[in-house]
Amino acid sequence: MSAKIKVEKLTKIFGKRPKEILKRLKKNQSKEKIFKETGYTVGVKNVSFVVNEGEFFVIMGLSGSGKSTLIRCLNMLNKPSAGNIYVDGEDVVKYSPSQLREFRQKKAAMVFQNFGLFNHRTVLGNVEYGLEVRGMTQEERKIIALETIESVGLSGWENKYITELSGGMQQRVGLARALANNPDILLMDEPFSALDPLIRRDMQLELLDIQSKLKKTIVFITHDVNEAFKLGDRVAVMKDAEIVQIGEPEDILNNPSNSYIENFVRGTDRSKVLQAKHIMVKPNAMVNLKHGLKVAIKEMESNSISSVFVVDDNRKLEGIISIDSAIEAVKNKRTFREVLTQDYFTTDEETYMEELIPMAIDTKYPIAVINENRKLMGIIMRVSVLSGLIQDHSI
Amino acid sequence: MNTLFDFPEFFTINIGQYVESFIKWLIHNYDFFFDAIKEGVLWFLLHARSVFMWFPWVGVIIIVFILGWKLISWKSGVTFAGLLFLIGAMGLWDEMMLTLSVVLVAVVIACLIGVPLGILIAYNSRFGAMVKPVLDAMQTMPSFVYLIPAIMLFGLGSVPAVFATVIYSTPPAIRLTSLAIKGVSKEMVEAGNAFGSTKWQILTKIELPQAFPTIMMGINQTTMMAMAMVVISSMIGAKGLGLNVLQAINRIDIGMGFEAGISIVFLAITIDRITQGIADKYKFPK
Ligand SMILES: Nc1ncnc2c1ncn2[C@@H]1O[C@H](COP(=O)(O)OP(=O)(O)OP(=O)(O)O)[C@@H](O)[C@H]1O
Ligand SMILES: [Mg+2]
Repeated sequence: MSAKIKVEKLTKIFGKRPKEILKRLKKNQSKEKIFKETGYTVGVKNVSFVVNEGEFFVIMGLSGSGKSTLIRCLNMLNKPSAGNIYVDGEDVVKYSPSQLREFRQKKAAMVFQNFGLFNHRTVLGNVEYGLEVRGMTQEERKIIALETIESVGLSGWENKYITELSGGMQQRVGLARALANNPDILLMDEPFSALDPLIRRDMQLELLDIQSKLKKTIVFITHDVNEAFKLGDRVAVMKDAEIVQIGEPEDILNNPSNSYIENFVRGTDRSKVLQAKHIMVKPNAMVNLKHGLKVAIKEMESNSISSVFVVDDNRKLEGIISIDSAIEAVKNKRTFREVLTQDYFTTDEETYMEELIPMAIDTKYPIAVINENRKLMGIIMRVSVLSGLIQDHSI
Repeated sequence: MNTLFDFPEFFTINIGQYVESFIKWLIHNYDFFFDAIKEGVLWFLLHARSVFMWFPWVGVIIIVFILGWKLISWKSGVTFAGLLFLIGAMGLWDEMMLTLSVVLVAVVIACLIGVPLGILIAYNSRFGAMVKPVLDAMQTMPSFVYLIPAIMLFGLGSVPAVFATVIYSTPPAIRLTSLAIKGVSKEMVEAGNAFGSTKWQILTKIELPQAFPTIMMGINQTTMMAMAMVVISSMIGAKGLGLNVLQAINRIDIGMGFEAGISIVFLAITIDRITQGIADKYKFPK
């Protein structure tokens, strides 16, 4: 993993003479004190972090915590008062106006909370905008724009004006406008906050889909914890212009670094955040099909378990066998394969605990976590799904 | 005690004299400049006039009907066509066309000056603060006053008429353009910036299209003010409906005065509704 964006000691102060305020910050004066005494707002205070290539990086925090200020620094819509922003090793802060334009045209595109669409243009005209600004010919940009419009599911709406579209569709246009530029980086400032919950869910899934296909580096802002944990590979939590914790969702969930985050996280539904890969365990016992029934019985005996997953040489899942059917098969001289059952649930690593709950209730075996080649990656004990439910309510 | 009642004579400043010598100085030193303007405007006027005079009256009426119909409703189309027909029926068709050519040339020049100035004012509030009192003065100064420098600079005829009309009618174009540009949603401009637009691209691809309906309203007002100058400008030699009104005053001919006057009203209504219609047509919901 290589660093795509590296932010170092970034500070943004709103006001005419930030230099004096920087001195106050150096003396460790608080944001409130500075505001009271000078009237200057510290939007972002000494923030450092790295976003890796292809990463989905979420910044969350309450209203006014400085999220927008921070993301707008990343493409210099806000000019930082101090600090550096390296993108692919180049310091964006030092860019000349024309370098900055090129950066915005090719490398980082933005999606806005209130869409920021042009209501004097059609859907097509909006999506073409970035390419038009670059000086691409009309034929070329139309081809690309139409493809992008299709990829966000708006085919047939190209010639409609923005005001004829619903909110969800408008934000699809916003997304398409950004994607049409084929940027490495997508900057998204609360893109789904203005949408109603159902449409929001669709858009989230679609964004994940796009991300897995196109491997963009995404910096995404939200004030919704569930959204942050659902989407983010890593999440940064902001408070009072500073980042107070960065980590993978389950780290933050399990080890909130202070009470602010604990409060923030309290409302989250773990089953919507934790995925199979987070709760699965290494299968400590499993049997190769060709080793035979006797080995299987021994394996169960030594691990004191009543069933065991059966795999082939490549750890491809063949089935499960219980102790009863194994003993019966030995008695009646039946083959291993004959007594294997398929009466268990499988899932992939990405499945949310939410969806595992009904399975866990419905089966007596552990749930097998497999990859796309049916290779056994791990197992989920019923108890870890069902007890998680209880934990969740007792937080 | 008298000094408190009668303004002291020793205290008079002869501002008028300064203005006069300023204009004279202009004429003396920038002769070539005003000559060039005069030539340009005259060329424009003559061409506009010959196109208008050449154009068949039926064609004009049909065009006006179609504009009214497409922009507003077929009833409006019929009304406007009817109004112009009436002017023709009063025997004032050619006069109307002459008036129209002066108004058109003045409005085009007013827009060429007014829209860019409006943009500048929107971009630079200090410049705006400087220009605003001048605009106020231009609009409140009795329009007759413009006739004097107009004559001094350009002599008699249609060119000084256009000059006076332009000065009188440019302010709304400036004002509404700057208002419109300042009113463009910050978010849209920001989106434009976020996609790496140049300043020129922001202006031409976002701000001007967004501002267009309001700018059209400014042009509509400019046109109306130019129409209001028709009679006044005929005092310095512009031909057309205004001249008929003047002659009617001289002869105390009520009939002639009424016909020419009502023709100006009809023409003004038609132009007003059509330009208003264009402004409305391109208004998009915010
Ligand atoms: N242009 C500006 N001038 C002055 N102060 C500003 C400006 N923009 C933001 N601020 C201030 O900076 C602070 C952080 O604002 P910011 O918009 O970054 O918060 P946010 O986390 O995005 O909040 P929200 O969730 O409401 O969007 C706020 O106190 C805000 O008032
Ligand atoms: Mg914000």
